[in-house]
Amino acid sequence: MPSNRIEIDPIYCKGCALCTIACPQKLIEMSDALNEQGYIPAVISSGNLARCTACALCARMCPDAAIRVFKSVETDGGQS
Amino acid sequence: MTTVLKNVFDRPVSLKDVSTHFCPGCQHGTAHRLCAEAMDSLGVQQRAIGVASVGCSVFLYGYFDIDVVEAPHGRAPAVATGVKRVRKDDFVFTYQGDGDLAAIGTSEIIHAANRGEAISVIFVNNTTYGMTGGQMAPTTLPQQQTSTSPTGRNVASDGYPIRMAELLSGLEGVSYSCRVAVNNPKNIMAAGKAIEKAFRCQVEQGGFGFVEVLTTCPTNWGMNPLKANNRVAEEMIPYFPLGVFKDIAPMGQEV
Repeated sequence: MPSNRIEIDPIYCKGCALCTIACPQKLIEMSDALNEQGYIPAVISSGNLARCTACALCARMCPDAAIRVFKSVETDGGQS
Repeated sequence: MTTVLKNVFDRPVSLKDVSTHFCPGCQHGTAHRLCAEAMDSLGVQQRAIGVASVGCSVFLYGYFDIDVVEAPHGRAPAVATGVKRVRKDDFVFTYQGDGDLAAIGTSEIIHAANRGEAISVIFVNNTTYGMTGGQMAPTTLPQQQTSTSPTGRNVASDGYPIRMAELLSGLEGVSYSCRVAVNNPKNIMAAGKAIEKAFRCQVEQGGFGFVEVLTTCPTNWGMNPLKANNRVAEEMIPYFPLGVFKDIAPMGQEV
């Protein structure tokens, strides 16, 4: 079963770190490398991603709408 | 039984797929997204006309995927009045900062509100003039240091910060007036609902709706985004309390 997933857009992210305090489990960290804009973007490790509940609080907190959230849902083959 | 990944949070359709010029941590972006989500929710994107102010929010037309008119400094409510009176079926809102709305544009907002124009006003209060370099605004807090009050705002000579949401709630023409913050996910969700309610007030009842959004200006406050975000709860909300100050049917209409 695939885990929930968030995508932090490395172009939009300006490294404000507000998502790191929004995450109830503190799963998001700051990168150790600069992005194309010269900011230090937020990242989530694959290990932390496995614990993500797709609550989307990080995405709601992000001032740059840089985070997309995907939730793993079970379907019976029809529409989810 | 199969498992699929469902997209549960994405950028709103009414927001263009572009990066903004806002500084890191600036919550104009949050307010923009909430406005776009409200327009998506009400299905008014195709008939929405935004009226931009002067200040950091001046590039509204670049970030919202709607029609936008650029108003002279402070005159957005007057321009919106004209737009709405000519195009009654369109959804019209202004998006203004505190320097624009509460200083140079005080006359326009008060009279547009008092007339009960069928427009919505989003007022972004970050207690300073952002674009021009952090000067003291009418909303600057007592003792707050700015580039034009380097020793702190002196209320004896500069007066007290204006509470616009409360002030406008005293006018007969105002249907909905509230203050929200976007400093944590709970407040952000409440802010989104308030903005949607103000928009709905116009779309469904033809009423004047006003939402004051408390936001940060990390650059001009001289703070990093996290410290600036903390200041909202520690200093701003105690002076600018969150809440709904007026919620009635528009003038001349039954509740």
